[in-house]
Amino acid sequence: MAEVALAEIGKRYADGTRAVESLSLQVADGEFLVLVGPSGCGKSTALRMIAGLEDISEGTLHIGDRVVNSVPSRDRDVAMVFQSYALYPHLDVFDNIGFGLRLRGMRRDDIASRVNRVAATLGLTEHLRRRPGSLSGGQRQRVAMGRAMVREPAVYLMDEPLSNLDAKLRVQMRAEIARITRRTGVTTIYVTHDQTEAMTLGDRVAVMRKGVLQQVAVPQELYDNPVNMFVGGFIGSPPMNLVEGVFTEQDGELSLRLGDQTLRVDPALAAAKPGLRACLDQPVVVGVRPEDLRDASMDDRGAQTVLNSEADLTEALGSDLYVHFSLPVPAVVTEDVKELARDAGADSPRERADRTMLVARFSPRSAARAGDRIAVAVDTARLHVFDRDSGRSIR
Amino acid sequence: MSTTEVPDLVPAGMTVTGPPRRSLVSRVVGRLGGFLATGAIVLLGVFWLTPVVGLAVASLRSTADNSATGWWTALTDPGRLTLDNYGALLRNEGVLNSLWNTVLITVPSTVLVVVLGSLAAYALAWIEFPGRDWLFVLIVALIVVPVQVAIIPDAKLFGSLGIYGSIAAVVAFHVAFGLPFAIFLLRNFFLAIPRDLLEAARMDGGRDFTIFRRVVLPIGWPAIASLTIFQFLWVWNDLLVALVFATSDNAPITYTLREQMRAFSSNVDVIGPGAFLSMLVPLVVFFAFQRYFVQGVLAGSVK
Repeated sequence: MAEVALAEIGKRYADGTRAVESLSLQVADGEFLVLVGPSGCGKSTALRMIAGLEDISEGTLHIGDRVVNSVPSRDRDVAMVFQSYALYPHLDVFDNIGFGLRLRGMRRDDIASRVNRVAATLGLTEHLRRRPGSLSGGQRQRVAMGRAMVREPAVYLMDEPLSNLDAKLRVQMRAEIARITRRTGVTTIYVTHDQTEAMTLGDRVAVMRKGVLQQVAVPQELYDNPVNMFVGGFIGSPPMNLVEGVFTEQDGELSLRLGDQTLRVDPALAAAKPGLRACLDQPVVVGVRPEDLRDASMDDRGAQTVLNSEADLTEALGSDLYVHFSLPVPAVVTEDVKELARDAGADSPRERADRTMLVARFSPRSAARAGDRIAVAVDTARLHVFDRDSGRSIR
Repeated sequence: MSTTEVPDLVPAGMTVTGPPRRSLVSRVVGRLGGFLATGAIVLLGVFWLTPVVGLAVASLRSTADNSATGWWTALTDPGRLTLDNYGALLRNEGVLNSLWNTVLITVPSTVLVVVLGSLAAYALAWIEFPGRDWLFVLIVALIVVPVQVAIIPDAKLFGSLGIYGSIAAVVAFHVAFGLPFAIFLLRNFFLAIPRDLLEAARMDGGRDFTIFRRVVLPIGWPAIASLTIFQFLWVWNDLLVALVFATSDNAPITYTLREQMRAFSSNVDVIGPGAFLSMLVPLVVFFAFQRYFVQGVLAGSVK
């Protein structure tokens, strides 16, 4: 058990590229911290620096009450679970799990009792004499977990441990990891690019982008109050809709103009975001979560907060109905949006530059179908507002 | 980084069967291809085995028989075969001594090359130090240096060291010329081991030598086995180095067989069993290690 403290940690490679910039993070004893971000954001490099697999170019790293910048991996009392599992192919499950204990010169029967205990926890007892090659993906993942657990380290480091599993197994193993880390109470730093894993596993989540830490917060705070457009767009699935709009004020009441439509804005928004008054009558980026867009025909909020459009596509998930529609507003194209689109695997942020595509999360009872005229009720109290140039949240 | 989910492409209600059945023609061609391939392999085997059997049979015939008729005639009259040649060989100290010399030369030449080569290969593959890549390029360049250019300088060197003509000189020469290729082969193989495995071992508490011994060596075993076979065969069958650097007391079997040739024109009763014995050892070594040629130890370690 130990706390981990990163103080202005940086990673600079010989060719001058900077993978991590002045990263400061405090991970409390027993906390589960998730580092999340698109590929190339420096999260894995940060983890590898904590593991001792990469040199730390700048800053100080504390594990417990020691500065460990120049302490080799083996003496840092940390255990790592690799994305590839990195199981020793020539050893069976028992020896894979017990390898670290053997290298540390532990007595054979002590090793056996610890390995057997861990194997029992992970349901691996009947596979102890099999080699990794004959195990399924989920079993290999469990062996990799076991190898970390058996060492009883002060800190677990996990580098995308679930990304090689299929979707169903991933959900199952996610729950298992949560259970194990809660029970052992070992400080855990977990790297992923999957925001669902980040939200479900983390006590706190740190979002990184291009080597720079954007925000660290508990998952709900991250979701409700993203500090910038990038965090807002990265956390949440389907992602937050980003539309360019203008806030105006008349008789002390705010309204929001989105293209040719105007919405009355809930006074709660202005109360929660006093900074809004400073940017009236100028274009800002408005963020709307899909669940804050509902079928107006099933919602009695009144016509003043309704957008009219036509459904391009509907996706019935059983629990929800995703309705895709567009507004005649030029699409928001900023560095943040481009990076988010790249992360989602799209080449261009939007198909059409003169229209903005949005996704609404309707009740599954909604009658909306592709091609229908739809009325979308907007929960304007829960809008997010971002500065168009800096991407920063306006509060 | 990300794994894409592949949507289920088969509509509900449609039963999924295996891959479409191949047509009759393609199955016949496939089967025929199988027969042809098997036939070709059998033919090659017979082709290779015939002289081996011939040598074995000839080594079991008397000198008179060998000079009168071909070895295959013995197949119809196996009663005339005799172990006399081998008996004579075991009493021939020169031949026995040179067989023993071959072992004394080959075993250290092979062991040293494998041990030094694998240590160097690990360092060149996985330990960072300045000039590493240039050093490796230099070693690769050494592979193409012909043995002949080193003969005169090495003869002088060994002379000044006082080991010229000894087994040590022959071993030193073989090790020096075996190492560059050994390092090249093993370094490339070690480099193909996933980095994660070595890092996992490092996290598990291993230092370089432990990682080398407990992770890299077991995983690199197929490459090491191949190298062992190659190096063993090269040294075992070498004549040139032995002719240059060994005195006749320290000479290996290749050298002695050649001497027998000169002394008694074709002296089949000595050369036959001598050659057969000297061939047998490499065959045993080869068959002992050959399964590692095809064994993929890496399967399943990383996805």
